Amino acid sequence: MATLYIDNKPYEFEEGRNLLHTCLGLGFDIPHFCWHPALDSVGACRQCAVKLFKDENDCTGTIVMSCMTAARDNMRISIDDKEAHEFRAEVIGFLMANHPHDCPVCDEGGECHLQDMTVLTGHTYREHRFKKRTHRNQDLGPFVHHEMNRCIACYRCVRFYRDYAGGKDLEVFGWHDSVYFGRHESGVLASEFAGNLVEVCPTGVFTDKTFRKHFTRKWDLCSAPSVCVHCSLGCNTIAGQRSGVLRRILNRFSEDVNGYFLCDRGRFGYEFVNGSRRVRTPLAKKGRNQKLEPLDRSAAIKRVAELFSSGRPVIGIGSGRASLESNFALRQLVGPQRFFVAESETQHSITTEIVHALRRTPASRASLRDVAKAGAVLVLGEDVTNTAPLLALAVRQACRTAALTNAHGLGIDPWNDAAIRETGHNVRSSLVVATPTLTKLDDVATTVYHAPPDDISRLGFAIAHALDGSAPAPRGLSPEIEAMARGIARDLAQAARPAVVSGAGSGSASVVEAAAGVAAALYKVNHDACLCMSLSECNSFGCTLLGGRDLTAALDAAERDNAEAVVVLEADLYRNCDPAIAGALLTLPRNVVVIDHTLTATAAMADLVLPAATFAEASGTFVNNEGRFQRFFSAIAPQAGFAPGYRWIAEILSVVGPEAPRWETLDDIVNDMESRVADCAGIRAAAPSASFREGSQKIARQSFRASGRTALLANTSVAESPNPADPDSALAFSPEGIQAPREQPLVARYWAPGINSVQAVSKYHGDPPAALVKGEAGADAAENHGAKAPAAFASHASEWLVMPLHHIFGSEELSMLSPSVASLARSALIVLNPEDAAKLSIRENDAVEVSNYALSCACVAAIASWVTKGSAALSVGRPETQGLDLPEWLWIRKAGAP
Amino acid sequence: MIDSPLTHAMKPTKEALAIDEYEDAGGYAALRTAVTEMTPFDVTAAVTDSNLRGRGGAGFPTGKKWSFVPPPGKRTGAAYLVVNADEMEPGTFKDRLLLEQNPHLVLEGALAAAFAIQAQTVYVFVRWAYAKAAQRLTKAIIEAQRRGYIGDNVLGSKFCVRVHVHTSHGRYLCGEETGLLNALEGKRASPRSKPPFPQVVGLLGRPTVVNNVETLCNIPPILRNGAAWFKALSKTGDSGTKLYGASGRVNAPGLWELPMGTTPREIIEKHAGGMKSGYNLRGFLPGGASTDFLTDRHLDVPMDFDAMQKAGSRLGTGTMIVLDDRTCPVAMVHNLVTFFARESCGWCTPCRDGLPWTQNILADIEQGRGRPEDLDRLELHCKLLGPGRTFCALAPGAVEPLQSALKYFREDFERHITEKRCPYKH
Amino acid sequence: MLTQEERAAISEGCDSSPSARAAAPHALGAVQASRGWISDESLSDIAEFLHMTPAELDSIATFYNRIYRSPVGRHVILLCDSVSCWIMDYEYLLNHLLTKLGISGFGETTKDGMFTLLPSACLGACDHAPAMMVDRELFGDLTRQSIDTIIDQYRIKDGDRRTAQSPLATGRKEQ
Ligand SMILES: Cc1cc2nc3c(=O)[nH]c(=O)nc-3n(C[C@H](O)[C@H](O)[C@H](O)COP(=O)(O)O)c2cc1C
Ligand code: SF4
Ligand code: FES
Repeated sequence: MATLYIDNKPYEFEEGRNLLHTCLGLGFDIPHFCWHPALDSVGACRQCAVKLFKDENDCTGTIVMSCMTAARDNMRISIDDKEAHEFRAEVIGFLMANHPHDCPVCDEGGECHLQDMTVLTGHTYREHRFKKRTHRNQDLGPFVHHEMNRCIACYRCVRFYRDYAGGKDLEVFGWHDSVYFGRHESGVLASEFAGNLVEVCPTGVFTDKTFRKHFTRKWDLCSAPSVCVHCSLGCNTIAGQRSGVLRRILNRFSEDVNGYFLCDRGRFGYEFVNGSRRVRTPLAKKGRNQKLEPLDRSAAIKRVAELFSSGRPVIGIGSGRASLESNFALRQLVGPQRFFVAESETQHSITTEIVHALRRTPASRASLRDVAKAGAVLVLGEDVTNTAPLLALAVRQACRTAALTNAHGLGIDPWNDAAIRETGHNVRSSLVVATPTLTKLDDVATTVYHAPPDDISRLGFAIAHALDGSAPAPRGLSPEIEAMARGIARDLAQAARPAVVSGAGSGSASVVEAAAGVAAALYKVNHDACLCMSLSECNSFGCTLLGGRDLTAALDAAERDNAEAVVVLEADLYRNCDPAIAGALLTLPRNVVVIDHTLTATAAMADLVLPAATFAEASGTFVNNEGRFQRFFSAIAPQAGFAPGYRWIAEILSVVGPEAPRWETLDDIVNDMESRVADCAGIRAAAPSASFREGSQKIARQSFRASGRTALLANTSVAESPNPADPDSALAFSPEGIQAPREQPLVARYWAPGINSVQAVSKYHGDPPAALVKGEAGADAAENHGAKAPAAFASHASEWLVMPLHHIFGSEELSMLSPSVASLARSALIVLNPEDAAKLSIRENDAVEVSNYALSCACVAAIASWVTKGSAALSVGRPETQGLDLPEWLWIRKAGAP
Repeated sequence: MIDSPLTHAMKPTKEALAIDEYEDAGGYAALRTAVTEMTPFDVTAAVTDSNLRGRGGAGFPTGKKWSFVPPPGKRTGAAYLVVNADEMEPGTFKDRLLLEQNPHLVLEGALAAAFAIQAQTVYVFVRWAYAKAAQRLTKAIIEAQRRGYIGDNVLGSKFCVRVHVHTSHGRYLCGEETGLLNALEGKRASPRSKPPFPQVVGLLGRPTVVNNVETLCNIPPILRNGAAWFKALSKTGDSGTKLYGASGRVNAPGLWELPMGTTPREIIEKHAGGMKSGYNLRGFLPGGASTDFLTDRHLDVPMDFDAMQKAGSRLGTGTMIVLDDRTCPVAMVHNLVTFFARESCGWCTPCRDGLPWTQNILADIEQGRGRPEDLDRLELHCKLLGPGRTFCALAPGAVEPLQSALKYFREDFERHITEKRCPYKH
Repeated sequence: MLTQEERAAISEGCDSSPSARAAAPHALGAVQASRGWISDESLSDIAEFLHMTPAELDSIATFYNRIYRSPVGRHVILLCDSVSCWIMDYEYLLNHLLTKLGISGFGETTKDGMFTLLPSACLGACDHAPAMMVDRELFGDLTRQSIDTIIDQYRIKDGDRRTAQSPLATGRKEQ
């Protein structure tokens, strides 16, 4: 610990940060714009001036920018110094010279860093009497709204977009006081992380376009800590709603998972919650071929309960997009033997292989932060930008670790961002991208290898073998690949904290085995090795912990046991398996019950639909790709018609059997689960229980600035309506309570006195959330339990090996129900090698038919030379390609061709 | 011995000295000695001993600057020497003379400097407007290459070096050494943060020395004639000669190589032929647009780095701009600030937004729309845009003439405001 | 589409630049030398050639003074408006030049597309103030007479050549 004297008072602090960061952490307010905790310092805005004194005898001091000055032991500074104070106020004056004074009609209003800083510095009256410069705005696509006149030229947008996220289409143009931040011309921002501009921009230049569609003053939002449902990483979010409409998603800082950022699928995919296909009351059919019609709640429960008195078994199908609690409840309802997961045989084998690998690997399980800090990264088989976007952002940061080390050697402070980038010309950390399809990380990779999954797997085995001679070597490897494998092995072995990244995206269990093998072999020579895998859905990991089997097994069981009913929990079976299997599962049992929030194809087949709450209306737990239990809380108060899946099941259970557990609250289920399922130990620690209080208070979901609470319903009654109760959490649906909680899992909004914008997050530092990962990570080497390298890819005469092609916007089920996301999705693509395309007489954009014995799907051709001859890549998750379990050998022909 | 080492061999025809002519005048002997008989350390030591200070404006000791470059054993990869020939400071035209009329001297100096810091590549960063200079320099490079002064194993030594001419596309910031490096890397020429200094992290992240043209031209004579000789050239403690210039309403505007420390009086009266008839001296900017005004009180202050600083200004580039008594000082400052506001790179707030504001106020005052409180605001801006407040030295330079004008010509500002018109306009 | 010569000129610059990226300003200059200015289309072509996005290249193009993102006449007159020339009353000459060219201010192009008049920062010819450059040629000690002669000479030189006006286009597209 070192001592810093601020205005003559000593404060203890940890060296290594700049003065600004240190002072903010100590609770001081120093206005700033260009500095951002993740983007670090460049010293452009000159707003963060403080006085620095040589020693206690120096009373003149010099003005320094606190963000560009290292905080060192025994340093003496003044924040209150008159000259520093005046300078800061005048810098705001400069920034406001051209700023339109449009706060009342600005989307950012009330949550604006510029507003806060203006008040903070004491800049009160406008002195600038001259004309303001003006700009024209651009249309940047469905996510981000552009209002350039509000720009204060802090350069944060380009520093995030270009420097941090690797975007190439947002830039600064012009010079002197007419610098312009935008695209070269109007058009959709190409980066998957563009939405972060909304939070990074300290004023209203970049704002959330989807929020504008159902705008409300930000202080009127009722918010809750949440977890993203759009991929397996489980980025921490804040969901904000008003009058039951979910209005926006913000980042919720998490040191280990998503840090300060989200991807655009996570930020803008939320609109499915408000979607027209939501089910909001129970629905039932009078007969199999009749229409679904609304049904009374108790009647619905009674009908389901009756199914259990028939004496015939009921099958339960859980899913990776439902909470752990709902899945557990279903498992308790039907019994562990009859609990299945909505995954095809192949998918399920991959998911279990991944969970198995992660739990058994001797290497450590990597969080996103671990990946971002990795000295070398091997991406094996996974197009992370499209399957787990924020993982790609982390990998991008890992590419800089060598430059950081180099800069450290040159005596450059780790926060001196621009300087570090200047040193980074010739030093790049090793990043190997070995994937079946082209990826957006190729541009920063030191080695790129695209080949069919089996060859990717073989490369993995070869790397493992190069690292550890006792690991099995693939046979018949070409000398080039062998040399490549040796080079990669050497880089990984020598790197500080190397990471192996893989996942379910390639559809190949062998790739997963290979990645696990590399991690195990790497661990033998480098104990800092870590392994990161992405799964297919936000709770795939959790669902697997409950031990269900796949859909083929479910069908077998349904047939064998002559099932009375099947209960499907938050899943559309048609997306997850062969339509024949899905169809049989939904017709064989006498009754089909679907618990879901959206009327999917599966729900349409049901005899009874119980409307589930979405993540925004329910609380629960997801287990992310690293096995981290994460709690999300309802932002929207319980509604009459629908309820969380587990609550439906609890009610059914309470009717079905008197000996059933009595689950009144979420905590009851959580406790029950922890005692019954060994693998779920740790779920309780995901967040404080409902009885938690800070001081004696609950945590407020609403800002104390929320307006019009009594006036809201004044047309019907002038009496203040009671706040909805929430038995499931320590959060209150009201402004009463703690505004700025210290517990990360309970942060419903970022706020600090005087700081109303998301930038208040800087005030929360030093309190990293507890690591919640439980498991046997670090246990002894689980040798490649008999895994063998596959044979090399060989083309077939008249079939193509069609590999999965993932799209960030288009492949994921729920985000596609968001109009903004859907507007960016393209129709299904098949990517062919130029020679194959020529052979088939297919040209770019031709209509193409891809088929097997049972299915045929229509798609559009694209031609690219990265596709290995004899293989092809086809969009997954699109309605056109549903039911295919890629990779698969398929026929391809030009539409209309014989 | 020669007392004007930079210019004595120049031809009256103003053509460039061809390589033979340059060699006949003793050219390239210093480089030969350096690469064949001296170590890089010796060369740096000789320059350090000479007490040569940078002629680009800041006056930083050249030998010391070189000594910050990590020696080859302590660095990975290349190092660079960059010749700053971007001369864009208004009122400055000294490097043009050297580049156009004695390109081999520039080259020899650069090559010796490259040897001293063990750089394998030299970039000469030439301003777009200096097309003739770039052309002559390119020719000189070819000539020098043929004679073995540039290339592999220079003059049989182990020293290998390449020289490239890079033409800028126009921005004052291209002259600022880190802005220049960004420009050379093909980026926007915004400045970089210091530290790290370019000597450690420069072009493409490699150790780089940026030197002014005139600075480098002093290297060959120093190596040839020694530090003592170099010091003796000067009238004061700052050694060597200096290219002094004068422009404005003087009889013979021009450029002269004179002993360091020559007084403004001598330059104006003797060399520039005195003020034009009908005009009296009101003040002068001693070294370009970014130096403080001095007045007739300062005519006998030696023009060297230290004395100018003490007098409240800077030697800058040593090319003075003379303000006469029939020219409006407010309008002159307005012209200067307009230049700086236009050339601000747009990176830091006080400069980007403060200079146009300052410019607007000056325009108002000049056109009779000034307000009494404007003078306080101008004073305030001088402080807010001062050293340490902004990211680079552009803005502090921009307010130097303003702050001194407010000091020396305050009554002119006040008259504009009270009379609501420019008293110099009839 | 870049011409063969333009490609060659750009590549030459790449060879003497510290990195491929570093040739971007040079490439803009080379294409401008043959086309007079950098249209959106030229910008995209160069960007493609250098493996950059138009945004990346335009960020650089719009920073530098002597890269023209809007059309200019066949000759660009750069009249120095910095301090020494100002003292020597360039403003008086400016008025004369405007009349002579039949335009009303800086930034304008003559009707025949022959000249564009732009202000320039100090040309480093202060001892010969007022000064101006026409294309790459410097003229000092300007007077009304010398300006007339210079302009007339350019007119004569270009005399018979067809004075095809540069295609008009806007600069960077904003919505
Ligand atoms: C805004 C600005 C513009 C500058 N322009 C030039 C210039 O055109 N030529 C030059 O030699 N130095 C210029 N300098 C000074 C350089 O930054 C640098 O100090 C100089 O090239 C170092 O050379 P020296 O040590 O040989 O003097 C400028 C500095 C600033 C702040
Ligand atoms: S990376 Fe995945 S979990 Fe994170 S925000 Fe994006 S979609 Fe959501
Ligand atoms: S925050 Fe320190 S200069 Fe911008």
